[in-house]
Amino acid sequence: MARYIVNRLGQAIMLLVMVSAIGFAILHLAPGGPLSQYAASAQMTQEDLDRVTKQLGLDRPLPIQYLDWFGRMVKGDWGRSYRDGETVLSVIGSHLGATFELMLTATIIAVLLGCWIGVLGALRRYSLFDTLATVGAMIALSIPTFWFGLVTIYVFSVKLGWLPAGNRETVGDGSLLDLLHHLIAPALVLALVETAMWGRFMRSSMLEVINQDYIRTARAKGMPEWRVLTVHALRNALLPMITVAGLQFPTLLGGALVAETVFTWPGMGRLFLDSIGYRDYPVVMGILMFSATMVLIGSLLADILYAVVDPRIRVG
Amino acid sequence: MADETGRFGVPALHFGVPSRRRFIQLGAGAAAGWTLSGTAPAQTERPTTPPDKPRGQVIAALSQEPTVFHPLMPGIEVDQGIWWQVFSPLWFIDPDGKFIPDLAREVPTIENGGLSADGLTWKIKLRSDVKWHDGTPFTADDVKFSLELINNPDFRVRNRVGHSLVKDIKVVASDEIHWRMESPYSPYMSILSLTFIVPKHILEKVSDPNSSPFHNAPVGTGPFRWAERVPGDHIQLNAYAGYHGKGPYLERVVFKYIPDLTVLYTQFRTGQVDYTGLQGILPNFVQEAKTLKGRRIFVSATSSVEHLALNLEFGPFADRTVREALYLAINKQAIIDALNYGLPTQTESFVPQQAWSFQQGLPQHKYDPAKANALLDAAGWARGAGGVREKGGVKLEFTNSTTSGNAVREQTQQLLIQDWRAIGAAMRVNNMPAAVIWGDFWQQSKFNSVLVSVNFMLGSDPDVTPRFGSGAIPAKGGRGYNTYQYRSLEVDRLLAEGAKQFDLAQRKATYGDLQKLIRNDLAILPLFQGFIAEGVKEGLQGFRPNINTSINCWNVREWYWA
Repeated sequence: MARYIVNRLGQAIMLLVMVSAIGFAILHLAPGGPLSQYAASAQMTQEDLDRVTKQLGLDRPLPIQYLDWFGRMVKGDWGRSYRDGETVLSVIGSHLGATFELMLTATIIAVLLGCWIGVLGALRRYSLFDTLATVGAMIALSIPTFWFGLVTIYVFSVKLGWLPAGNRETVGDGSLLDLLHHLIAPALVLALVETAMWGRFMRSSMLEVINQDYIRTARAKGMPEWRVLTVHALRNALLPMITVAGLQFPTLLGGALVAETVFTWPGMGRLFLDSIGYRDYPVVMGILMFSATMVLIGSLLADILYAVVDPRIRVG
Repeated sequence: MADETGRFGVPALHFGVPSRRRFIQLGAGAAAGWTLSGTAPAQTERPTTPPDKPRGQVIAALSQEPTVFHPLMPGIEVDQGIWWQVFSPLWFIDPDGKFIPDLAREVPTIENGGLSADGLTWKIKLRSDVKWHDGTPFTADDVKFSLELINNPDFRVRNRVGHSLVKDIKVVASDEIHWRMESPYSPYMSILSLTFIVPKHILEKVSDPNSSPFHNAPVGTGPFRWAERVPGDHIQLNAYAGYHGKGPYLERVVFKYIPDLTVLYTQFRTGQVDYTGLQGILPNFVQEAKTLKGRRIFVSATSSVEHLALNLEFGPFADRTVREALYLAINKQAIIDALNYGLPTQTESFVPQQAWSFQQGLPQHKYDPAKANALLDAAGWARGAGGVREKGGVKLEFTNSTTSGNAVREQTQQLLIQDWRAIGAAMRVNNMPAAVIWGDFWQQSKFNSVLVSVNFMLGSDPDVTPRFGSGAIPAKGGRGYNTYQYRSLEVDRLLAEGAKQFDLAQRKATYGDLQKLIRNDLAILPLFQGFIAEGVKEGLQGFRPNINTSINCWNVREWYWA
């Protein structure tokens, strides 16, 4: 098992290096640069732009810039944002809480609701509930998050006035109730796609399990149905979901990016979008490395957990 | 776009015999005609008086996030929203174009002895009752430090236009500073009105002038002091009780960052924000916004001019007849009415119509495709395959670029394609994200044509040397942003003359001639003068759009709730 983990860890580190090199190259080779915002909007001549470019070290050859950045990054110096001069780690840190709050809430909603819909759908296959759940999931997966967010704001904020139209809190309030009030809409919007995915995966997984011989055996032994379902079926059906959970991070982050924009949620997704727009190289690279690390950790944990519950994996 | 103008490639010039009134005219009356657009009425419906002490808060929504708080470093318009509250300049320009003393006791003129007759010696008397937010007294040393910091080669300053001419700075007393200008430069008065003074006692101690705790928790002499910043969300500023000027009347102001303009409007509509700042309300929402209860909508002119920037070195555009034909074939009114809801006004100049330097009576654009066709026929641009004209092997086809995602501009491009197809000109769209288009593509004149909005002015000053001077073409190693690659000896002469003149009447004549020339040459194809629609909650008093600043929340110190 230890050898398996070390192997997977080695692969993960190689992948991170590759992600950093490719990400750095793509970002820096893309047209424009961190100073083009000033050229577009304010007060700087070409001479000024050239001077600042030199001061930031952006006039050096790209491989040198990469090696410099990489060397500092592995030592824990992720650089400073070009926009506000803060260290990249503190910039990411200041946005992380908001995103984590949103993603965690959405995940809890999606897992609970999705699993319930999936299990019920599998048990009542082709029933009205199952049909509605299937159609609902298809719609949820097809609706752009952006559009759904705007509709939610229109209905619940503009028309009904039940929920705030955005923001994480009311400035100067910040009570738990206020935070929850603001969290409802973006979390539900973000959870929509996740719920549909969890529901579909859970349904398939459950269907596979409840047709297995050991379930029939359990029933034949006279075991109560609730026990058959919870102890034998549900437990085994949840196993493949470990992988789903591990690989959900990128999807969730992508959804968060949109939800954060629509609901003016001060999280990582919006920071990423803003930083790309401003070509804030250090912050974009920081978020890229952070996200890649999270995805790899998620995937690694899923693999390890899977190997723990299914020893055949380790051999394979 | 807003930009700071200055003098580039202009030889040293001798200042002639000045009149006693020259600098008064330049200073106090420089922009006498510079008034607000008629569509932005003063807020006078509730004739109440400000409270005795700061009361309440305002949540001001901005569509861009302010991130640069050191007011001398490279920043964008939205950053100015913070600088105006936290810092103070020596003097500022009010909405009427008048210079109003701020940290200075008076605006220097030849009459009051603040300026020498040759415009080379500046003597500034400062207020002695000003304190920084940390309680340290403000002195002439702070002004000297700020001007020297701007010229410090290690400092990542925004630009040094005008400042680089400042020599021999002498602190005469704690409340008086003198310096000498290397050569007379009249636009420096405007430049200083937008130059915020920073604290010597804090910044002289930092090891790296480009990075210090001050950069993210600035200390100034302005009406509001720094409270907190939640990155990606908001910035809170609290009233500074020791402020030397009028106000502030609000306890705090919160600048809320809302990147999406539709969401920004929705939050204004639902009452979550009190004021919609930079970029304001989208034109398509303006009519509806005017019907909202408890809200007031201000549509005001800005200094920006929406225009077609042609690369004059690009094949067909080098021919003035082509430029004239293209201009005649644009249905400007359709662009204004159909796409911009009739809010902007047509213009023929790069100078805003409210400015003292605006030249009346420029030839008015007329939508006349028949005349455009006739002009091209006469000039030998014959229709070839597919109806596209060509002459001497050069086809009348080109690309037009603008920021992708700007819906109104993208629709404008569609109208232009249609208009120009009618005269045998083929235009293709080649849009790019902002970070791409305004980089080398724009700076190094790699475009054929661009649809863009530019603020050619510096406050109230019309010196456009960096925009139209022959020595300001970046693609040819110039030091400005003449990306049009426009060259004219006569324009160069007028620009050089205007920058050394201190008499308003003379300057008006010089810049009037300049506008005639630029219009005649069709160096740019102007579409309309920019506008901004902003929403303010009813009861919020003191909002005064100021065409001379980049952002209309320049005077939050004067705002209060009725």
